[in-house]
Amino acid sequence: MSELKRTPLYDLHVSLGAKMVPFAGYDMPVQYAPGVMKEHIHTRTAAGVFDVSHMGQVRVEAGSIEAAATALERLVPASILGLAEGRQRYGLFTNDAGGILDDLMIANRGDHLFLVVNAAMKDQDIRHLQTNLTDCKITPITDRALLALQGPGAETALAALVPAAGKMRFMDVAVLSWHGAELWVSRSGYSGEDGFEISVPETEAVTFANALLDQPDVEPIGLGARDSLRLEAGLCLYGSDIDTTTSPIEAGLEWAIQKARRTSGAREGGFPGATRILDEMENGAARRRVGLLPEGRAPMRAGTEIFNGDTHVGTVTSGGFGPSLECPISMGYVTSDCATLGTNLEAEVRGKRMPLMVTGLPFRPSTYKR
Amino acid sequence: MKYTEEHEWLRVDDDLIVVGITSHAAEQLGDVVFVELPEAETKVAKGDDIVVIESVKAASDITAPLDGEIVEVNDALTDNPGLVNEDPLGTAWFFKMKVDDMGQLDDHMDEDAYNDMIG
Repeated sequence: MSELKRTPLYDLHVSLGAKMVPFAGYDMPVQYAPGVMKEHIHTRTAAGVFDVSHMGQVRVEAGSIEAAATALERLVPASILGLAEGRQRYGLFTNDAGGILDDLMIANRGDHLFLVVNAAMKDQDIRHLQTNLTDCKITPITDRALLALQGPGAETALAALVPAAGKMRFMDVAVLSWHGAELWVSRSGYSGEDGFEISVPETEAVTFANALLDQPDVEPIGLGARDSLRLEAGLCLYGSDIDTTTSPIEAGLEWAIQKARRTSGAREGGFPGATRILDEMENGAARRRVGLLPEGRAPMRAGTEIFNGDTHVGTVTSGGFGPSLECPISMGYVTSDCATLGTNLEAEVRGKRMPLMVTGLPFRPSTYKR
Repeated sequence: MKYTEEHEWLRVDDDLIVVGITSHAAEQLGDVVFVELPEAETKVAKGDDIVVIESVKAASDITAPLDGEIVEVNDALTDNPGLVNEDPLGTAWFFKMKVDDMGQLDDHMDEDAYNDMIG
């Protein structure tokens, strides 16, 4: 086991009383003194700052933005040529079998594309880009921290430091200046709340994080609450809910494949696994990712097996307690015949069968500023 | 008061033993969201898994600290699992048991030994 890496905010986390745990090779704050439940509720009712500097930031450029977009479309089913300057969208790296190599955010920053990928996958993703996009210059950004500011108070808090942030809409990206530091801001996040992700030079990261924390309503939030927030929002965690064994259609991520890339679209297919993925889009997949609502109070966690009578029909991939919903919630895959909303199934928890119901996602409506 | 290596506290209450978890354990678990208790009148052997505690982070078990019979369980925890974080040493007791041999209590740690264990 190699030594854990630290983000530029490591000392700040420790001084704020964080409990640090290993995550994707980094020593990361899982929670602060208030604990997961209070941190979760604080994010939903005020605003929280998350250190997501462990995630990968990558610049992709070619002779022109069109050339870079055309190249990236060889690896992702999203429409990148259709992504306007100053806008961001969610995408997937797929493999030839139609599985998912990673999920990511892709921004059009005028003269280049800016990607944010999962921490645990960043080395692999960078190699994947370098190997397959030999016509592009791939630059991992390693001298910047990444902060997420999420919650209904996020706009007020960030606009107090950089007023222009208040004018951004969901999935806008902009370069904003704060005391001479260049911030790469997107109005996005992974909590189901309105909010921002802010890439900041590592030399300014602590000062900037403190400036956010000095705003009324803003508290530091750990990875524990980040997980319960994204679960309530019905968002996938790579490695749990999606991986190389799940296709985008099984995962219910059709919306990440824009019309231009679908069958009969202007640029139909042309991404790894297109044959399977477009076929599933037309004819349906054998299983689907669904929301699962346990009937009792017992959480049903990842790995819990799901049954319809005596037939094994699926598995929970993420599950726990939803602090804002005040009940246990799970998501997982079930065979398509069991994926209809309202279907009553059973899960095996500690040797006992317990009822659960197939439900829609997200569990809690998102509050993005569209 | 006696303590087990699994962070239970054992309090003698006349001829019964009251069992709960320590503040240290409650803190380590984080916010408790679910507690599953055994049925009263269940015969148990030391080491049997008899209580399930789920926090926001994970599930863990509480084992029977001694041989005997469960005579009463604290149903308040089923309705309000958060009590385990609020008052672990008091109102958040888990169960009361009649033990076969009170002498078994001496197999467990006293407060000093427990505090040494958790450092």
